[in-house]
Amino acid sequence: MKEKTNWWATGLLLLGSFIIIIPLYMALIVSLKNPQQLAESILAVPDSFQFSNYIKAIKMTNYFQSLKNSAYVTFPTVAVVLVVNSMVSYAIARNMNKKYFKFLYYYFISAMFIPFPLIMLPIVKEMAMLSLDNLNGLVLLYIVYALPLNVFIYVGYIKSLPRSIEEAAIIDGANVWQIFWKIIFPVLKPINATVAILTALKAWNDFLLPLLLISDRSSMTLPLVQHVFQSQFSTNYSLAFASYILALLPMLLVYIIAQKKIISGVMRGSVKG
Amino acid sequence: MKKTSSVFYWMTIPAFILFFAFHTLPALQGIFYSFTNYIGFGDYSFVGFKNYINLLNDGRAFDAYIFTFKFAIVTTIIVNILSLLVALGLNSKIRFKNTFRAVYFVPYMLSILVVGYIFNHIFTFIIPQLGSQLGIGILSKNILGNMDLAWIGVVILAVWNSSGFNILLYLSGLQTVPDELYEVAKIDGADKWNQFKHITFPLIAPFLTINIVISMRGFLMVFDHIMALTQGGPGQATESITLLIYNGGFMGGEFAYQTANAVVFLFVVLAISFFQLKILQKREVDY
Repeated sequence: MKEKTNWWATGLLLLGSFIIIIPLYMALIVSLKNPQQLAESILAVPDSFQFSNYIKAIKMTNYFQSLKNSAYVTFPTVAVVLVVNSMVSYAIARNMNKKYFKFLYYYFISAMFIPFPLIMLPIVKEMAMLSLDNLNGLVLLYIVYALPLNVFIYVGYIKSLPRSIEEAAIIDGANVWQIFWKIIFPVLKPINATVAILTALKAWNDFLLPLLLISDRSSMTLPLVQHVFQSQFSTNYSLAFASYILALLPMLLVYIIAQKKIISGVMRGSVKG
Repeated sequence: MKKTSSVFYWMTIPAFILFFAFHTLPALQGIFYSFTNYIGFGDYSFVGFKNYINLLNDGRAFDAYIFTFKFAIVTTIIVNILSLLVALGLNSKIRFKNTFRAVYFVPYMLSILVVGYIFNHIFTFIIPQLGSQLGIGILSKNILGNMDLAWIGVVILAVWNSSGFNILLYLSGLQTVPDELYEVAKIDGADKWNQFKHITFPLIAPFLTINIVISMRGFLMVFDHIMALTQGGPGQATESITLLIYNGGFMGGEFAYQTANAVVFLFVVLAISFFQLKILQKREVDY
Protein backbone atom coordinates (compact mmCIF):
# COMPACT_ATOMS: atom_id res chain seq x y z
CA MET A 1 0.00 0.00 0.00
CA LYS A 2 1.72 3.16 -1.09
CA GLU A 3 -1.17 5.43 -0.15
CA LYS A 4 -0.74 7.10 3.24
CA THR A 5 -3.27 6.97 6.02
CA ASN A 6 -5.71 9.84 5.67
CA TRP A 7 -5.46 11.33 9.16
CA TRP A 8 -7.86 14.15 8.38
CA ALA A 9 -10.63 11.70 7.55
CA THR A 10 -9.75 9.55 10.55
CA GLY A 11 -9.92 12.56 12.87
CA LEU A 12 -13.23 13.83 11.50
CA LEU A 13 -14.79 10.38 11.72
CA LEU A 14 -13.60 10.16 15.31
CA LEU A 15 -15.33 13.46 16.10
CA GLY A 16 -18.45 12.20 14.37
CA SER A 17 -18.49 9.01 16.39
CA PHE A 18 -18.52 11.08 19.58
CA ILE A 19 -21.83 12.54 18.41
CA ILE A 20 -23.17 9.00 18.11
CA ILE A 21 -21.84 7.87 21.47
CA ILE A 22 -22.43 10.93 23.68
CA PRO A 23 -26.24 10.64 24.01
CA LEU A 24 -25.92 6.96 24.89
CA TYR A 25 -23.09 7.72 27.31
CA MET A 26 -25.22 10.42 28.96
CA ALA A 27 -28.12 8.02 29.33
CA LEU A 28 -25.90 5.34 30.82
CA ILE A 29 -24.10 7.60 33.23
CA VAL A 30 -27.25 9.33 34.47
CA SER A 31 -28.95 5.98 34.93
CA LEU A 32 -26.20 4.94 37.34
CA LYS A 33 -26.48 7.94 39.66
CA ASN A 34 -28.62 8.86 42.64
CA PRO A 35 -30.13 12.38 42.96
CA GLN A 36 -27.22 13.76 45.02
CA GLN A 37 -24.63 12.49 42.53
CA LEU A 38 -26.76 13.96 39.76
CA ALA A 39 -26.86 17.34 41.49
CA GLU A 40 -23.06 17.41 41.85
CA SER A 41 -22.36 16.77 38.21
CA ILE A 42 -24.47 15.38 35.41
CA LEU A 43 -21.81 13.90 33.21
CA ALA A 44 -18.90 12.92 35.43
CA VAL A 45 -18.39 9.24 36.13
CA PRO A 46 -19.79 8.72 39.67
CA ASP A 47 -17.63 7.23 42.43
CA SER A 48 -20.24 4.56 43.10
CA PHE A 49 -22.79 3.11 40.68
CA GLN A 50 -26.46 2.96 41.63
CA PHE A 51 -27.85 -0.22 40.17
CA SER A 52 -30.97 0.26 42.27
CA ASN A 53 -32.37 2.41 39.44
CA TYR A 54 -32.30 -0.64 37.22
CA ILE A 55 -33.95 -2.89 39.76
CA LYS A 56 -36.67 -0.29 40.29
CA ALA A 57 -37.18 0.11 36.52
CA ILE A 58 -37.40 -3.65 35.98
CA LYS A 59 -40.07 -4.00 38.66
CA MET A 60 -42.00 -0.89 37.72
CA THR A 61 -42.28 -1.57 33.98
CA ASN A 62 -42.51 -5.36 34.31
CA TYR A 63 -39.46 -5.48 32.06
CA PHE A 64 -39.18 -9.20 31.49
CA GLN A 65 -42.82 -9.46 30.43
CA SER A 66 -42.40 -6.79 27.75
CA LEU A 67 -39.08 -8.31 26.70
CA LYS A 68 -40.90 -11.60 26.23
CA ASN A 69 -43.66 -9.88 24.26
CA SER A 70 -41.19 -8.21 21.90
CA ALA A 71 -39.48 -11.56 21.32
CA TYR A 72 -42.85 -13.27 20.86
CA VAL A 73 -43.63 -10.82 18.06
CA THR A 74 -40.20 -10.62 16.42
CA PHE A 75 -39.14 -14.26 16.06
CA PRO A 76 -42.25 -15.64 14.33
CA THR A 77 -42.44 -12.52 12.17
CA VAL A 78 -38.91 -13.02 10.86
CA ALA A 79 -39.35 -16.78 10.32
CA VAL A 80 -42.63 -16.50 8.43
CA VAL A 81 -41.53 -13.44 6.43
CA LEU A 82 -38.46 -15.31 5.18
CA VAL A 83 -40.41 -18.36 4.02
CA VAL A 84 -43.61 -16.75 2.77
CA ASN A 85 -42.15 -13.67 1.11
CA SER A 86 -39.45 -15.60 -0.70
CA MET A 87 -41.96 -18.25 -1.78
CA VAL A 88 -44.38 -15.68 -3.17
CA SER A 89 -41.51 -13.94 -4.92
CA TYR A 90 -40.26 -17.20 -6.41
CA ALA A 91 -43.68 -17.93 -7.90
CA ILE A 92 -43.87 -14.40 -9.29
CA ALA A 93 -40.31 -14.28 -10.63
CA ARG A 94 -40.64 -17.54 -12.55
CA ASN A 95 -44.05 -16.73 -14.07
CA MET A 96 -43.81 -13.09 -15.01
CA ASN A 97 -45.07 -13.95 -18.50
CA LYS A 98 -48.43 -14.93 -17.00
CA LYS A 99 -50.99 -12.19 -16.50
CA TYR A 100 -51.91 -13.15 -12.93
CA PHE A 101 -48.33 -13.15 -11.68
CA LYS A 102 -47.45 -9.96 -13.49
CA PHE A 103 -50.50 -8.30 -11.98
CA LEU A 104 -49.52 -9.57 -8.54
CA TYR A 105 -46.03 -8.14 -8.91
CA TYR A 106 -47.25 -4.65 -9.78
CA TYR A 107 -49.99 -4.93 -7.17
CA PHE A 108 -47.46 -5.44 -4.39
CA ILE A 109 -44.99 -2.89 -5.73
CA SER A 110 -47.58 -0.14 -6.10
CA ALA A 111 -48.75 -0.76 -2.53
CA MET A 112 -45.41 0.69 -1.42
CA PHE A 113 -46.71 4.11 -2.37
CA ILE A 114 -49.77 3.93 -0.10
CA PRO A 115 -48.99 5.91 3.04
CA PHE A 116 -49.82 4.09 6.25
CA PRO A 117 -52.01 6.90 7.68
CA LEU A 118 -54.63 6.03 5.05
CA ILE A 119 -54.86 2.49 6.43
CA MET A 120 -54.34 3.43 10.06
CA LEU A 121 -57.89 4.31 11.11
CA PRO A 122 -59.78 1.49 9.29
CA ILE A 123 -57.27 -1.25 10.19
CA VAL A 124 -57.75 -0.62 13.92
CA LYS A 125 -61.49 -1.22 13.53
CA GLU A 126 -60.90 -4.27 11.36
CA MET A 127 -58.42 -5.85 13.78
CA ALA A 128 -60.72 -5.22 16.75
CA MET A 129 -63.63 -6.75 14.86
CA LEU A 130 -61.56 -9.89 14.15
CA SER A 131 -60.29 -10.01 17.77
CA LEU A 132 -56.79 -9.59 16.39
CA ASP A 133 -55.98 -6.50 18.44
CA ASN A 134 -53.23 -8.44 20.24
CA LEU A 135 -49.70 -9.74 19.75
CA ASN A 136 -50.77 -12.33 17.17
CA GLY A 137 -52.43 -9.59 15.16
CA LEU A 138 -49.18 -7.64 15.25
CA VAL A 139 -47.29 -10.62 13.84
CA LEU A 140 -49.87 -11.01 11.08
CA LEU A 141 -49.64 -7.35 10.07
CA TYR A 142 -45.84 -7.29 10.10
CA ILE A 143 -45.80 -10.31 7.80
CA VAL A 144 -48.40 -8.89 5.42
CA TYR A 145 -46.94 -5.38 5.36
CA ALA A 146 -43.45 -6.72 4.64
CA LEU A 147 -44.59 -8.14 1.30
CA PRO A 148 -44.22 -5.12 -1.03
CA LEU A 149 -40.61 -4.28 -0.26
CA ASN A 150 -39.53 -7.91 0.03
CA VAL A 151 -41.23 -8.97 -3.20
CA PHE A 152 -39.32 -6.15 -4.86
CA ILE A 153 -36.01 -7.32 -3.36
CA TYR A 154 -36.53 -11.08 -3.83
CA VAL A 155 -37.98 -10.97 -7.36
CA GLY A 156 -35.05 -8.87 -8.55
CA TYR A 157 -32.64 -11.37 -7.05
CA ILE A 158 -34.41 -14.55 -8.19
CA LYS A 159 -34.70 -13.27 -11.75
CA SER A 160 -30.92 -12.98 -11.87
CA LEU A 161 -30.51 -16.68 -10.94
CA PRO A 162 -29.95 -19.06 -13.86
CA ARG A 163 -32.79 -21.51 -14.48
CA SER A 164 -30.56 -24.39 -15.57
CA ILE A 165 -30.41 -26.08 -12.14
CA GLU A 166 -34.16 -25.92 -11.77
CA GLU A 167 -34.64 -27.39 -15.21
CA ALA A 168 -32.25 -30.23 -14.45
CA ALA A 169 -34.19 -30.91 -11.23
CA ILE A 170 -37.46 -31.05 -13.16
CA ILE A 171 -36.02 -33.66 -15.50
CA ASP A 172 -35.00 -35.62 -12.40
CA GLY A 173 -38.66 -35.55 -11.36
CA ALA A 174 -38.59 -32.88 -8.66
CA ASN A 175 -41.80 -30.92 -8.13
CA VAL A 176 -42.11 -27.18 -7.58
CA TRP A 177 -42.18 -27.45 -3.77
CA GLN A 178 -39.02 -29.51 -3.74
CA ILE A 179 -37.29 -27.14 -6.11
CA PHE A 180 -38.21 -24.18 -3.92
CA TRP A 181 -37.10 -25.80 -0.67
CA LYS A 182 -34.03 -27.69 -1.84
CA ILE A 183 -32.65 -25.38 -4.51
CA ILE A 184 -34.03 -21.85 -4.41
CA PHE A 185 -34.36 -21.19 -0.66
CA PRO A 186 -30.75 -22.19 0.08
CA VAL A 187 -29.49 -20.04 -2.79
CA LEU A 188 -31.34 -17.05 -1.34
CA LYS A 189 -29.25 -17.20 1.84
CA PRO A 190 -27.41 -13.87 1.40
CA ILE A 191 -30.58 -11.95 0.62
CA ASN A 192 -32.43 -13.80 3.39
CA ALA A 193 -29.88 -12.42 5.82
CA THR A 194 -30.63 -8.88 4.71
CA VAL A 195 -34.39 -9.39 4.88
CA ALA A 196 -34.13 -11.05 8.30
CA ILE A 197 -32.14 -8.15 9.77
CA LEU A 198 -34.41 -5.42 8.43
CA THR A 199 -37.57 -7.33 9.40
CA ALA A 200 -36.29 -7.98 12.91
CA LEU A 201 -35.39 -4.31 13.40
CA LYS A 202 -38.80 -3.24 12.17
CA ALA A 203 -40.75 -5.66 14.34
CA TRP A 204 -38.64 -5.12 17.46
CA ASN A 205 -38.46 -1.32 17.34
CA ASP A 206 -41.88 -0.50 15.91
CA PHE A 207 -44.03 1.75 18.03
CA LEU A 208 -47.01 2.82 15.92
CA LEU A 209 -48.69 -0.57 15.34
CA PRO A 210 -48.38 -1.71 18.98
CA LEU A 211 -49.73 1.69 20.02
CA LEU A 212 -52.73 1.17 17.74
CA LEU A 213 -53.46 -2.48 18.54
CA ILE A 214 -52.29 -3.24 22.08
CA SER A 215 -54.13 -1.83 25.06
CA ASP A 216 -53.59 -4.66 27.54
CA ARG A 217 -50.67 -3.89 29.88
CA SER A 218 -49.41 -7.46 29.94
CA SER A 219 -49.14 -7.57 26.12
CA MET A 220 -47.08 -4.43 25.64
CA THR A 221 -43.82 -4.48 23.69
CA LEU A 222 -40.66 -2.74 24.91
CA PRO A 223 -41.10 0.62 23.12
CA LEU A 224 -44.79 0.81 24.00
CA VAL A 225 -44.04 0.26 27.68
CA GLN A 226 -41.64 3.22 27.69
CA HIS A 227 -44.42 5.34 26.23
CA VAL A 228 -46.96 4.22 28.81
CA PHE A 229 -44.60 4.83 31.73
CA GLN A 230 -43.28 8.13 30.41
CA SER A 231 -45.45 10.24 32.70
CA GLN A 232 -44.76 8.06 35.75
CA PHE A 233 -41.01 8.54 35.51
CA SER A 234 -41.79 12.26 35.93
CA THR A 235 -38.62 14.00 37.08
CA ASN A 236 -36.71 10.93 38.16
CA TYR A 237 -34.31 10.97 35.20
CA SER A 238 -32.11 8.26 36.60
CA LEU A 239 -35.01 5.86 36.75
CA ALA A 240 -36.21 6.89 33.29
CA PHE A 241 -32.77 6.47 31.76
CA ALA A 242 -32.30 3.09 33.44
CA SER A 243 -35.54 1.98 31.85
CA TYR A 244 -34.49 3.30 28.41
CA ILE A 245 -31.11 1.60 28.63
CA LEU A 246 -32.87 -1.66 29.52
CA ALA A 247 -35.17 -1.21 26.53
CA LEU A 248 -32.22 -0.64 24.18
CA LEU A 249 -30.04 -3.34 25.71
CA PRO A 250 -31.25 -6.42 23.78
CA MET A 251 -30.60 -4.82 20.39
CA LEU A 252 -27.25 -3.45 21.53
CA LEU A 253 -26.22 -6.94 22.67
CA VAL A 254 -27.35 -8.50 19.40
CA TYR A 255 -25.38 -5.85 17.56
CA ILE A 256 -22.22 -6.37 19.60
CA ILE A 257 -22.37 -10.11 18.94
CA ALA A 258 -23.35 -10.04 15.27
CA GLN A 259 -22.07 -6.63 14.18
CA LYS A 260 -20.05 -7.87 11.20
CA LYS A 261 -22.85 -10.03 9.87
CA ILE A 262 -25.44 -7.28 10.28
CA ILE A 263 -23.38 -4.68 8.47
CA SER A 264 -22.40 -6.95 5.60
CA GLY A 265 -26.02 -8.14 5.37
CA VAL A 266 -27.37 -4.62 5.03
CA MET A 267 -24.67 -3.61 2.54
CA ARG A 268 -25.11 -6.67 0.38
CA GLY A 269 -28.84 -6.15 0.21
CA SER A 270 -28.43 -2.59 -0.92
CA VAL A 271 -26.28 -3.51 -3.91
CA LYS A 272 -28.49 -6.35 -5.11
CA GLY A 273 -31.79 -4.71 -4.28
CA MET B 1 -42.44 -25.74 -18.41
CA LYS B 2 -45.25 -24.93 -20.79
CA LYS B 3 -48.11 -25.22 -18.32
CA THR B 4 -47.85 -23.24 -15.11
CA SER B 5 -47.84 -25.68 -12.26
CA SER B 6 -50.85 -25.12 -9.99
CA VAL B 7 -48.40 -25.10 -7.10
CA PHE B 8 -47.27 -21.63 -8.18
CA TYR B 9 -50.82 -20.41 -7.68
CA TRP B 10 -51.05 -22.00 -4.24
CA MET B 11 -47.81 -20.29 -3.31
CA THR B 12 -49.27 -16.85 -3.94
CA ILE B 13 -53.04 -17.00 -3.37
CA PRO B 14 -53.02 -16.99 0.48
CA ALA B 15 -50.60 -14.05 0.51
CA PHE B 16 -52.70 -12.26 -2.10
CA ILE B 17 -55.89 -12.71 -0.05
CA LEU B 18 -54.25 -11.64 3.21
CA PHE B 19 -52.65 -8.62 1.62
CA PHE B 20 -55.95 -7.60 0.12
CA ALA B 21 -57.78 -8.10 3.42
CA PHE B 22 -55.32 -6.23 5.64
CA HIS B 23 -53.87 -3.61 3.31
CA THR B 24 -56.00 -2.91 0.25
CA LEU B 25 -59.36 -3.30 1.98
CA PRO B 26 -58.64 -0.83 4.80
CA ALA B 27 -57.21 1.59 2.23
CA LEU B 28 -60.42 1.35 0.21
CA GLN B 29 -62.48 1.71 3.39
CA GLY B 30 -60.50 4.83 4.19
CA ILE B 31 -61.37 6.32 0.82
CA PHE B 32 -65.01 5.29 1.34
CA TYR B 33 -65.27 6.85 4.82
CA SER B 34 -63.71 10.07 3.57
CA PHE B 35 -67.03 10.83 1.86
CA THR B 36 -69.06 10.28 5.03
CA ASN B 37 -69.42 11.91 8.45
CA TYR B 38 -68.46 8.74 10.35
CA ILE B 39 -66.96 9.42 13.81
CA GLY B 40 -65.54 5.92 14.42
CA PHE B 41 -68.72 4.23 15.69
CA GLY B 42 -72.48 4.43 15.23
CA ASP B 43 -74.40 5.61 12.18
CA TYR B 44 -73.13 7.79 9.42
CA SER B 45 -74.35 9.36 6.20
CA PHE B 46 -72.73 10.51 3.00
CA VAL B 47 -71.58 14.07 2.84
CA GLY B 48 -69.97 14.15 -0.61
CA PHE B 49 -66.84 16.27 -0.77
CA LYS B 50 -67.61 18.19 2.40
CA ASN B 51 -64.60 16.81 4.31
CA TYR B 52 -62.30 17.76 1.48
CA ILE B 53 -63.73 21.27 1.23
CA ASN B 54 -63.38 21.71 5.00
CA LEU B 55 -59.76 20.58 4.77
CA LEU B 56 -59.01 23.48 2.45
CA ASN B 57 -59.93 25.92 5.22
CA ASP B 58 -58.36 23.96 8.07
CA GLY B 59 -55.47 25.95 9.46
CA ARG B 60 -54.33 23.12 11.72
CA ALA B 61 -54.07 20.68 8.79
CA PHE B 62 -52.29 23.33 6.73
CA ASP B 63 -49.76 23.88 9.50
CA ALA B 64 -49.24 20.12 9.79
CA TYR B 65 -48.46 19.91 6.07
CA ILE B 66 -46.06 22.85 6.28
CA PHE B 67 -44.28 21.38 9.31
CA THR B 68 -44.07 17.91 7.74
CA PHE B 69 -42.63 19.22 4.47
CA LYS B 70 -40.18 21.49 6.22
CA PHE B 71 -39.04 18.65 8.46
CA ALA B 72 -38.86 16.05 5.64
CA ILE B 73 -36.99 18.26 3.18
CA VAL B 74 -34.47 19.61 5.67
CA THR B 75 -33.86 16.19 7.24
CA THR B 76 -33.52 14.45 3.88
CA ILE B 77 -30.93 16.99 2.74
CA ILE B 78 -28.91 16.87 5.97
CA VAL B 79 -29.06 13.07 6.26
CA ASN B 80 -27.94 12.55 2.68
CA ILE B 81 -25.12 15.09 2.72
CA LEU B 82 -23.79 13.84 6.06
CA SER B 83 -24.15 10.20 5.07
CA LEU B 84 -22.34 10.72 1.80
CA LEU B 85 -19.53 12.59 3.58
CA VAL B 86 -19.16 9.91 6.23
CA ALA B 87 -19.28 7.20 3.56
CA LEU B 88 -16.54 8.97 1.58
CA GLY B 89 -14.48 9.14 4.77
CA LEU B 90 -15.08 5.47 5.53
CA ASN B 91 -14.15 4.57 1.98
CA SER B 92 -10.84 6.44 2.09
CA LYS B 93 -7.63 5.14 3.54
CA ILE B 94 -8.25 5.50 7.27
CA ARG B 95 -7.43 3.75 10.51
CA PHE B 96 -10.02 1.79 12.52
CA LYS B 97 -12.26 1.53 9.49
CA ASN B 98 -14.41 -1.33 10.76
CA THR B 99 -14.78 0.18 14.22
CA PHE B 100 -16.01 3.48 12.78
CA ARG B 101 -18.38 1.69 10.45
CA ALA B 102 -19.79 -0.28 13.36
CA VAL B 103 -20.21 2.83 15.54
CA TYR B 104 -22.01 4.81 12.86
CA PHE B 105 -24.59 2.06 12.37
CA VAL B 106 -25.48 1.72 16.07
CA PRO B 107 -28.32 4.31 16.04
CA TYR B 108 -30.15 2.49 13.26
CA MET B 109 -30.42 -0.59 15.47
CA LEU B 110 -32.25 1.30 18.19
CA SER B 111 -35.89 2.18 18.75
CA ILE B 112 -36.57 5.75 17.62
CA LEU B 113 -39.10 6.18 20.40
CA VAL B 114 -36.73 5.14 23.18
CA VAL B 115 -33.81 7.12 21.77
CA GLY B 116 -36.26 10.00 21.37
CA TYR B 117 -37.07 9.91 25.08
CA ILE B 118 -33.35 10.02 25.84
CA PHE B 119 -32.96 13.04 23.55
CA ASN B 120 -36.02 14.58 25.15
CA HIS B 121 -34.39 14.48 28.58
CA ILE B 122 -31.10 15.71 27.13
CA PHE B 123 -32.78 18.69 25.45
CA THR B 124 -35.07 19.43 28.37
CA PHE B 125 -32.76 19.02 31.38
CA ILE B 126 -29.16 18.17 30.61
CA ILE B 127 -28.30 20.73 27.93
CA PRO B 128 -30.01 23.68 29.69
CA GLN B 129 -28.30 22.75 32.95
CA LEU B 130 -24.90 22.45 31.30
CA GLY B 131 -25.58 25.63 29.33
CA SER B 132 -26.34 27.68 32.42
CA GLN B 133 -23.38 26.20 34.30
CA LEU B 134 -21.10 27.22 31.47
CA GLY B 135 -22.91 30.52 31.01
CA ILE B 136 -23.86 29.91 27.38
CA GLY B 137 -27.15 31.71 26.82
CA ILE B 138 -28.46 29.83 23.79
CA LEU B 139 -27.90 26.44 25.38
CA SER B 140 -29.51 27.26 28.69
CA LYS B 141 -33.03 27.08 27.28
CA ASN B 142 -34.98 24.01 26.27
CA ILE B 143 -35.38 24.17 22.49
CA LEU B 144 -38.29 21.70 22.60
CA GLY B 145 -40.30 24.31 24.51
CA ASN B 146 -39.72 26.97 21.88
CA MET B 147 -42.34 27.40 19.14
CA ASP B 148 -39.73 28.34 16.53
CA LEU B 149 -36.97 25.93 17.48
CA ALA B 150 -38.72 22.73 18.55
CA TRP B 151 -38.67 21.35 15.01
CA ILE B 152 -34.87 21.52 15.00
CA GLY B 153 -34.85 19.09 17.92
CA VAL B 154 -36.90 16.67 15.84
CA VAL B 155 -34.49 17.08 12.92
CA ILE B 156 -31.50 16.38 15.18
CA LEU B 157 -33.06 13.15 16.47
CA ALA B 158 -33.99 12.02 12.95
CA VAL B 159 -30.52 12.72 11.58
CA TRP B 160 -28.85 10.97 14.51
CA ASN B 161 -31.08 7.95 14.17
CA SER B 162 -31.31 7.34 10.45
CA SER B 163 -27.94 8.36 9.00
CA GLY B 164 -26.41 4.95 9.75
CA PHE B 165 -28.52 3.19 7.16
CA ASN B 166 -27.81 5.75 4.45
CA ILE B 167 -24.10 5.66 5.25
CA LEU B 168 -24.04 1.92 4.56
CA LEU B 169 -26.01 2.36 1.33
CA TYR B 170 -23.59 5.03 0.08
CA LEU B 171 -20.62 2.99 1.21
CA SER B 172 -21.75 -0.02 -0.79
CA GLY B 173 -22.28 2.33 -3.72
CA LEU B 174 -18.77 3.74 -3.38
CA GLN B 175 -17.30 0.26 -3.29
CA THR B 176 -18.75 -0.47 -6.71
CA VAL B 177 -16.54 2.28 -8.21
CA PRO B 178 -13.46 0.52 -9.65
CA ASP B 179 -10.09 1.70 -8.31
CA GLU B 180 -8.61 1.83 -11.82
CA LEU B 181 -10.75 4.85 -12.61
CA TYR B 182 -9.13 6.82 -9.80
CA GLU B 183 -5.67 5.76 -10.87
CA VAL B 184 -6.28 6.90 -14.42
CA ALA B 185 -7.65 10.17 -13.10
CA LYS B 186 -4.57 10.69 -10.93
CA ILE B 187 -2.30 10.13 -13.91
CA ASP B 188 -4.33 12.74 -15.75
CA GLY B 189 -3.67 15.10 -12.86
CA ALA B 190 -7.24 15.35 -11.54
CA ASP B 191 -7.43 16.62 -7.97
CA LYS B 192 -9.68 15.10 -5.28
CA TRP B 193 -12.59 17.44 -6.01
CA ASN B 194 -12.48 16.69 -9.74
CA GLN B 195 -12.24 12.98 -9.04
CA PHE B 196 -15.36 13.24 -6.91
CA LYS B 197 -17.20 15.41 -9.42
CA HIS B 198 -16.38 13.42 -12.54
CA ILE B 199 -16.01 9.84 -11.31
CA THR B 200 -17.49 9.18 -7.89
CA PHE B 201 -20.60 11.29 -8.08
CA PRO B 202 -21.89 10.17 -11.50
CA LEU B 203 -21.28 6.52 -10.62
CA ILE B 204 -23.12 6.65 -7.31
CA ALA B 205 -25.95 8.81 -8.67
CA PRO B 206 -28.38 5.87 -8.73
CA PHE B 207 -27.75 5.34 -5.02
CA LEU B 208 -28.37 9.02 -4.43
CA THR B 209 -31.70 8.80 -6.23
CA ILE B 210 -32.91 5.81 -4.29
CA ASN B 211 -31.64 7.16 -0.97
CA ILE B 212 -33.33 10.52 -1.39
CA VAL B 213 -36.64 8.99 -2.45
CA ILE B 214 -36.64 6.44 0.38
CA SER B 215 -35.55 8.83 3.12
CA MET B 216 -38.00 11.52 2.06
CA ARG B 217 -40.85 9.02 2.01
CA GLY B 218 -39.95 7.83 5.49
CA PHE B 219 -39.62 11.34 6.92
CA LEU B 220 -42.98 12.41 5.49
CA MET B 221 -44.57 9.75 7.74
CA VAL B 222 -42.74 11.03 10.85
CA PHE B 223 -44.48 9.93 14.04
CA ASP B 224 -42.27 8.18 16.65
CA HIS B 225 -39.79 11.07 16.79
CA ILE B 226 -42.52 13.53 17.62
CA MET B 227 -44.34 11.30 20.10
CA ALA B 228 -41.09 11.04 22.03
CA LEU B 229 -39.92 14.64 21.82
CA THR B 230 -42.82 17.08 21.67
CA GLN B 231 -46.11 15.23 21.12
CA GLY B 232 -46.82 17.87 18.52
CA GLY B 233 -46.11 20.85 20.73
CA PRO B 234 -45.47 23.46 21.82
CA GLY B 235 -48.99 24.34 20.75
CA GLN B 236 -49.18 22.50 17.46
CA ALA B 237 -45.83 23.67 16.19
CA THR B 238 -44.48 20.18 15.52
CA GLU B 239 -47.67 18.29 14.69
CA SER B 240 -46.94 16.08 11.67
CA ILE B 241 -49.61 14.78 9.30
CA THR B 242 -49.47 11.25 10.72
CA LEU B 243 -49.77 12.61 14.24
CA LEU B 244 -52.68 14.86 13.26
CA ILE B 245 -54.52 11.93 11.65
CA TYR B 246 -53.82 9.82 14.74
CA ASN B 247 -54.91 12.53 17.19
CA GLY B 248 -57.95 13.69 15.25
CA GLY B 249 -59.04 10.24 14.13
CA PHE B 250 -58.82 8.39 17.44
CA MET B 251 -59.22 11.10 20.04
CA GLY B 252 -60.97 13.94 18.29
CA GLY B 253 -63.99 12.12 16.79
CA GLU B 254 -62.80 13.05 13.28
CA PHE B 255 -62.55 9.55 11.83
CA ALA B 256 -64.06 10.41 8.44
CA TYR B 257 -62.51 13.84 8.31
CA GLN B 258 -59.01 12.53 9.00
CA THR B 259 -59.38 9.73 6.44
CA ALA B 260 -60.09 12.49 3.90
CA ASN B 261 -56.89 14.11 5.12
CA ALA B 262 -55.11 10.77 4.59
CA VAL B 263 -56.45 10.53 1.02
CA VAL B 264 -55.06 13.99 0.30
CA PHE B 265 -51.79 12.86 1.88
CA LEU B 266 -51.78 9.81 -0.45
CA PHE B 267 -51.88 12.06 -3.50
CA VAL B 268 -49.23 14.34 -2.05
CA VAL B 269 -46.90 11.39 -1.41
CA LEU B 270 -47.53 10.00 -4.89
CA ALA B 271 -46.86 13.36 -6.52
CA ILE B 272 -43.64 13.89 -4.57
CA SER B 273 -42.34 10.38 -5.31
CA PHE B 274 -42.94 10.65 -9.05
CA PHE B 275 -41.60 14.19 -9.17
CA GLN B 276 -38.40 13.13 -7.39
CA LEU B 277 -37.88 10.07 -9.56
CA LYS B 278 -38.35 12.12 -12.72
CA ILE B 279 -36.01 14.93 -11.73
CA LEU B 280 -33.36 12.69 -10.22
CA GLN B 281 -33.33 10.14 -13.01
CA LYS B 282 -33.12 12.86 -15.62
CA ARG B 283 -29.98 14.09 -13.93
CA GLU B 284 -28.50 10.58 -14.04
CA VAL B 285 -29.02 10.31 -17.80
CA ASP B 286 -27.22 13.59 -18.36
CA TYR B 287 -23.92 12.05 -17.28
